Amino acid sequence: MAFTLYSLIQAVILCVNAVAVLHEERFLSKIGWGVDQSVGGFGDEPGIKVQLMNLVRSVRTVMRDYIFFLFLQCP
Amino acid sequence: MEMDYTATQSGFRQHPKMRMRNTTMDGANSGQLFDDTSVPPGVQAAGSPGQDVGAMAYPGQTLLSDPMSNLAVAYGSSLASHGKDLVDKNLDRFLPISKLKYYFAVDTLYVGKKLGLLVFPYMHQNWEVSYQQDTPVAPRFDINAPDLYIPAMGFITYILVAGLAFGTQNRFSPEILGMQASSTLVWLIMEVLAVLLSLYLVTVNTDLTTIDLVAFSGYKYVGMIVGVVAGLLFGPTGYYLAMLWCCISIFVFMIRTLRLKLLSEAAAQGVLVRGARNQLRMYLTMSIAAAQPVFMYWSTYHLVR
Repeated sequence: MAFTLYSLIQAVILCVNAVAVLHEERFLSKIGWGVDQSVGGFGDEPGIKVQLMNLVRSVRTVMRDYIFFLFLQCP
Repeated sequence: MEMDYTATQSGFRQHPKMRMRNTTMDGANSGQLFDDTSVPPGVQAAGSPGQDVGAMAYPGQTLLSDPMSNLAVAYGSSLASHGKDLVDKNLDRFLPISKLKYYFAVDTLYVGKKLGLLVFPYMHQNWEVSYQQDTPVAPRFDINAPDLYIPAMGFITYILVAGLAFGTQNRFSPEILGMQASSTLVWLIMEVLAVLLSLYLVTVNTDLTTIDLVAFSGYKYVGMIVGVVAGLLFGPTGYYLAMLWCCISIFVFMIRTLRLKLLSEAAAQGVLVRGARNQLRMYLTMSIAAAQPVFMYWSTYHLVR
């Protein structure tokens, strides 16, 4: 399989975009992945699902401002 | 990328120095490109005041003997050193150069022993990395420490061996080398990102840095090279045998190395510790180790038909 670095960058941008468009209210809360449902585990380990939800939320917070300029780089 | 900076910087800094050297020594040889070292410098200095008027006649030399241009040359060299400091400071923010130097502090004995360990990890007893006052010891003194020399050299050698294998199948062209290099690099980056993601999700408290993960992922190039070379020399049978041996070796190597880094203290000793968290960490270790042979086989089977 012939990959180039550019195709990797494209794939990364598309995946990040896919994570960034998951809307908090309309979608994630409906399937039980909203961050208001993640405060349960106060034990020593948060669990994979809570980590995933935090990851989705942080990606959305960071990329919301920059994803537009990243898309401008693609021809 | 770092090599380019040092090359241009040292080239740029050398240039004003060489020009200043030429101003003092080539009063008598103004037509030559290089300064003449056959005449001893005492004779040269006695000859140069008399030749100064002669030197002024050549327009190229007035540039070098003029005090204004001396000033300009000195200013230019100070600008160059200032620029070099700026580049060093900013480059250190993106690419931790001092940390990278640790991974290349190897010597021949370490490389030999580590290569032997990669293909035969069964006799080695102590897999712990030794520390020296909180910092890990340089790889030169500790065979268990990860380094980047073997992965880097293995990467380049693997590209060359793949080109050789393509040549034996009459599929070689110079573009293939570049394509193979970028494909391999992309797979390496994806594997490191996948491992980083899984380490984040499982919330392992480990002191594995990203560069350590790159080093561990790069150790499989040694097995790939051995397999492809065996396949070129002895045909598909040799390839499969060598790959089987190298895959099992790298699997055992990764498990024994990662066990100490990822698992808790008790579980690393081999004691069977129950609990969902330790089980998850064990699965993570095993899947990282099992991904290595899969990548090794998948990247090389099309090279040996």
